Amino acid sequence: MSQTPENFSANLAWRHRQGWLFAAACRLATWASVVFLAIILLVIIAQAWPRLTLGFLTRFDSYKPESAGMLAGILGSFWLIGFTAAICVPIGIGAAIYLEEYARSNWVTRFIQLNISNLAGVPSIVFGILGFTAFVRMFGLPRNTIVLTLGFADVRIPLPFGRSVIAGALTLALLCLPVVIIASQEALRSVPASLRHAALALGATKWQTISRQVLPAAMPGILTGVILALSRALGETAPLAVLGAAFFITFAPGRINSATDLGQHPDRLLQVPFDQFTAMPLQIYNWVNEQSRDFQQQVSAAGIVVLLVILVLMNGSAILIRQHFQRKIRW
Amino acid sequence: MKLSKRNSSTTLLSSVLTLSTLALLVLTVPMGCKVESESKPGTTATDGAGSPAAAGGPVEAITVNGSSTVYPISQAVAEAYKERNPGIEISVGLAGTGGGFEKFALGDLDICDASRPIRDSEKEACAKAGVEYLELEVAIDALTVVVNPANDWAPCLSVSQLKKIWGPGSQVTKWNEIDPNWPDHKIELFGADTASGTFDYFTEVIVGKAKQSRTDYTQNSNDNVLVQGVADEKYSLGYFGYGYYAENPDRLKAVAIKATDDAECVLPSAETVDNNTYIPLSRPLYIYVNKKSLQRKAVAGYVQFYLSDAGQKLVTERKFLLMKALVLADMQAKLAEALK
Repeated sequence: MSQTPENFSANLAWRHRQGWLFAAACRLATWASVVFLAIILLVIIAQAWPRLTLGFLTRFDSYKPESAGMLAGILGSFWLIGFTAAICVPIGIGAAIYLEEYARSNWVTRFIQLNISNLAGVPSIVFGILGFTAFVRMFGLPRNTIVLTLGFADVRIPLPFGRSVIAGALTLALLCLPVVIIASQEALRSVPASLRHAALALGATKWQTISRQVLPAAMPGILTGVILALSRALGETAPLAVLGAAFFITFAPGRINSATDLGQHPDRLLQVPFDQFTAMPLQIYNWVNEQSRDFQQQVSAAGIVVLLVILVLMNGSAILIRQHFQRKIRW
Repeated sequence: MKLSKRNSSTTLLSSVLTLSTLALLVLTVPMGCKVESESKPGTTATDGAGSPAAAGGPVEAITVNGSSTVYPISQAVAEAYKERNPGIEISVGLAGTGGGFEKFALGDLDICDASRPIRDSEKEACAKAGVEYLELEVAIDALTVVVNPANDWAPCLSVSQLKKIWGPGSQVTKWNEIDPNWPDHKIELFGADTASGTFDYFTEVIVGKAKQSRTDYTQNSNDNVLVQGVADEKYSLGYFGYGYYAENPDRLKAVAIKATDDAECVLPSAETVDNNTYIPLSRPLYIYVNKKSLQRKAVAGYVQFYLSDAGQKLVTERKFLLMKALVLADMQAKLAEALK
């Protein structure tokens, strides 16, 4: 009854071997990335070792390799990424909710969608040029300083923003937005329709359904997108260099150089977004360009280690938050 | 499927919403608000005077930007000046000479670092915006032509030979095309990228016209890449600032330069620059100071320190060359005149 076709050979051993080969190739691919990462890390940490001291974290930069430090970059990046997140996360998630939950599919939304996907692939330096025109110079607006008198402190807001933290954060927020929007849309789309139907059937309004069921269920996916986007922003050099951010600077944004400064003058927090800054990747870039080999090898390697550790800490805490949200979902 | 109860994430969300609304309200309903137009001399928009109330008077800030060649000197001077005057805040950037002048003409900078004199178009931009400036020479850079230490055939090159190698559309590919006694081997060329002042200067004095050069060579804006390239390749030839050679004397060999075919071969050094024999590759480096900013004590002090003995010591520490004593005295007099 069951007839073997003439051209069929039941070479079972070979087919098993094929499967085994494929699995081995996949295993190799996995280990290759791990091994490369380990080699890079080992080399960099070995180079950086003599410079990895507490002083490196608490000093400002110097032209002498032995007294160079990263404080300005660490604090600059901290504020920069903080403001970037504050700007791009609400806008990004909001846009994604609108596009997924409210907007009808017509040529306008399809056009917007196309543009968002394209923006995600635009090189970062282009965002830098855009940010320079739109935020640093504000299309050549004459310069003013608006002084807000708030009883306990004065806030000086330069207009246009100049090379300030807020101009950098707005630029990086533009850079992050497409990634955040696309990832949030994916996350919202993957929430099962039955969840929405159930909520609506129980009499929940659309807003209640979105805010209490869909959004919490999509949160882990959204947070993944946010983490990826902010990690990318933390490492960006080109757009900040185009903005004209400082490389060597003797103060941190808001002149808050230490916890003591913050304790004594908490009002300076209000000045932070409008102050000049430098960032960690800019400092590393600058050190790599230095003439002296101490800078090129040891100091820049130490800078890279610090940047990596901060990235890992940032991602780690974000993963913890994600797990917190994930545990809430049970279906 | 079990729907989760109104959980903490929802409350978290709504509290974030409430908080941000509150923050917006605070921002939009200021107790007092005044606009200060930028009439104060030289205070730039991003000076961001900290919080004057808390600090007891505005913090003095100096903004420097411009050439990446001059950056190491300006940065070292800034650091040493800050050590002596802890109350003054300084930022130094490296937008390049052209980028620096662009910001300078907008009145954004107190001081612009430059590896070449200001161009006519940039002068016009400054005049149009009402920016008056003081031009000061601060140091000398000697562009250095380098080869691999294993190169024992070309200790000296003339300007005309260099022109033959680097000219636009140059057909020279092998060493023995310059001199038949030299190896029959391809020359590996390394040089500055086309956006740098170094490239402008080298092409101007060697080829005779700025920005005219062959293009089939390894370009990089990071001079360390060029150093590495020349150090690794036996048949290489490259050029960059003196400092990068001075930091790597064991890995590179400087080529002596003959200004004309019957002139002597001269190596770059403090002496040969000082007695005017290392020509044509030594060039002055400048800072341009906004005259309005110069009225501020902090800026005047910084520039004075730049030209003082302690400041000039940093020039050599950063592996640049000093200008002649006479020129320095001239510059100091020029500054004193402007400060009157």
